[in-house]
Amino acid sequence: MMNKSILVVSGLTMDFGGIRALDRLDLDVGPKEIVALIGPNGAGKTTFFNCLTGIYLPSDGDIRLVSPQTGRGSRLNGLKPNKITKKGVARTFQNIRLFSQMTVLENVMIGRHCRTSSLIMGAILRTRKTRKEEQETIDKSYDILEKVGLSEQANEFASSLSYGAQRRLEIGRALATEPFLLLLDEPAAGMNPQETADLVTLILQIRDEGHAILLIEHDMKLVMTLSDRIFVMDYGKKIAQGTPAEIRVNRAVIKAYLGEDVGPDNA
Amino acid sequence: MITVKEVKRSLLVSLWFVFLTFPLMVIKVNPYERTVSWRWSNMVYVAIGTFVISLLAKAWFVRKERRMARQQDSCHARIPIIQRILQRPGYRYPLAAFLLGAVLAFPHLFSTYQANIMTTALMYIVLGLGLNIVVGVAGLLDLGYVAFYAVGAYSYALLNLHFGLGFWTVLPVGGLLAALFGVLLGFPVLRLRGDYLAIVTLGFGEIIRLILENWNAFSKGPSGISNIPRPGFFGLEMSLDQAMIYMYYLMIGLLLVTIFVVNRLQDSRLGRAWLALREDEIACQAMGIDKTRTKLIAFSLGAFWAGLIGVIFAAKTTFVNPASFTFMESAIILSIVVLGGMGSIVGVILGALILVLLPEYLRALSEYRMLAFGAILVAMMIFKPEGLIANVRRIYCYQGRKSNTALKNDE
Ligand SMILES: Nc1ncnc2c1ncn2[C@@H]1O[C@H](COP(=O)(O)OP(=O)(O)OP(=O)(O)O)[C@@H](O)[C@H]1O
Ligand SMILES: [Mg+2]
Repeated sequence: MMNKSILVVSGLTMDFGGIRALDRLDLDVGPKEIVALIGPNGAGKTTFFNCLTGIYLPSDGDIRLVSPQTGRGSRLNGLKPNKITKKGVARTFQNIRLFSQMTVLENVMIGRHCRTSSLIMGAILRTRKTRKEEQETIDKSYDILEKVGLSEQANEFASSLSYGAQRRLEIGRALATEPFLLLLDEPAAGMNPQETADLVTLILQIRDEGHAILLIEHDMKLVMTLSDRIFVMDYGKKIAQGTPAEIRVNRAVIKAYLGEDVGPDNA
Repeated sequence: MITVKEVKRSLLVSLWFVFLTFPLMVIKVNPYERTVSWRWSNMVYVAIGTFVISLLAKAWFVRKERRMARQQDSCHARIPIIQRILQRPGYRYPLAAFLLGAVLAFPHLFSTYQANIMTTALMYIVLGLGLNIVVGVAGLLDLGYVAFYAVGAYSYALLNLHFGLGFWTVLPVGGLLAALFGVLLGFPVLRLRGDYLAIVTLGFGEIIRLILENWNAFSKGPSGISNIPRPGFFGLEMSLDQAMIYMYYLMIGLLLVTIFVVNRLQDSRLGRAWLALREDEIACQAMGIDKTRTKLIAFSLGAFWAGLIGVIFAAKTTFVNPASFTFMESAIILSIVVLGGMGSIVGVILGALILVLLPEYLRALSEYRMLAFGAILVAMMIFKPEGLIANVRRIYCYQGRKSNTALKNDE
């Protein structure tokens, strides 16, 4: 598995002043794989995503990305977030960050930004190329909304959506950037059981379309059913990795979670 | 609808106002005759006036809250009346035709003096539309917008003085120079956020003004540059009145072009990126938008329009000096954008007309003019903080069919 991974993280370390939020973390994701990253609150999972997507600059370590299409590898450390997205990594946010004063459709259209190119002159003169590109953006965005089940609400403000729908819109917006690696930060948080079940179907569908998925989640049932492999971290360190069956019986994991709420916290 | 509690509150408000205005409104000291007259009737007016106004305001808020509550039930946002009129094609074209007719006939129906005021208003509309891109759409609080206006004005004044260049040559040059300044300033500054950006741009505006004031060899200092030629029309000789009217039509033309361009920009890939940037920078970057570049484009485009209007300003007044480019100008242009409703073209037009024409026609109130101006702005912020024209998003139509898009992907 190692030699054909699309994401290889080695020795990733992130310091905030005195706090070491990530401590020499190693992780890898293969093509079309669903990998879960779990750990107690404050373990450093979101920080890991922020390092991957260029929002934080890691203090040490190496992040390498290999495009499954071209097979070419590149180092992500120090790249700006938008460059990383363009390379094919997209994410959702734990604390939803939609553009609330824009419509649902426009939110997805923003995701198309990095795959389109028209600029000032194209916009003013509305050339054939620009018009074609716009229509393509609109059509592709509608298709994505259909996929995440929001096409009915396409022209409503994003802020008017329910919590679960907003999480799905975040996924749709990320998909619009055409990523081959999708990072989901607690996609099921705040969802009811029905919504969570729909989410599982959606994630599997996205995987079947060829995207690899790295997923942070506290809902253990979801993690155990979806994941091919699981990484467990605590206090910034990786404490275990393996298949769901292996993780379920791992001593270190049980110890880390002991006294904590292991079950789903669907508050 | 209005409870006893609210009546009590209004009474309290009116008492407080009576107390506050007592020395001003009631006591009148005549220093020559050394007498003091007590105008008790004024006190009664203040008491009744504030009581009624306070009650009305309260009632208004209650109504608004109830309306908001109702709105929550229906998922579609309520569209304000002006927008409803504008959106209906049956009204739209007659309205546009009427407006165009009125605008074209204006200088012939009224005095040149009126046309002149209107030209000023038109200039502020274009300035507002320019700043609207920066502040309203892209959300970059620029308090030094007047600096780019000054760059435009002085580029015409200086290029004409030293090289004898004419208005039509300098018009684009002034715009481009201002845009260049926008890029130069924006590059280091645009990584700052919110308040910090506001302070730095404010400083920049003042620096430009101070340079113009103190660098005598370059800009002739506070005495300014005079005898700047008015715009020519194929070498035609024009009387002062004709020149004024010509200026008016020129501004109408520029305004139409500006509306066209700004409208297209807002409704484009770039315009959407600006809006998204205003809402959430981090999410924007995570969606692959180059933050710095997108901001820089907005900033320099805004500066471009300020530059254009600067050139026109110099040509209109035939005289520039640094006193025309104080912070007050930036503040007025910013108020236009905020009053109109951030990001709305119609809003900016209304905002500019109100803010420029109102003080002009309130001249009768002489010293209370600025007071009234302030009161209107404050009332606006209380009753309609989202501006005159609220945010309405475009509805996009899906054109491909499922099978079609699948085919398109294969191409
Ligand atoms: N910008 C920052 N500055 C300082 N400390 C930070 C910063 N971001 C995160 N941390 C710290 O890093 C640690 C890990 O936080 P992180 O948000 O990554 O946890 P998490 O695993 O995502 O937790 P949760 O399950 O609650 O989302 C915490 O102790 C947090 O306080
Ligand atoms: Mg987290």
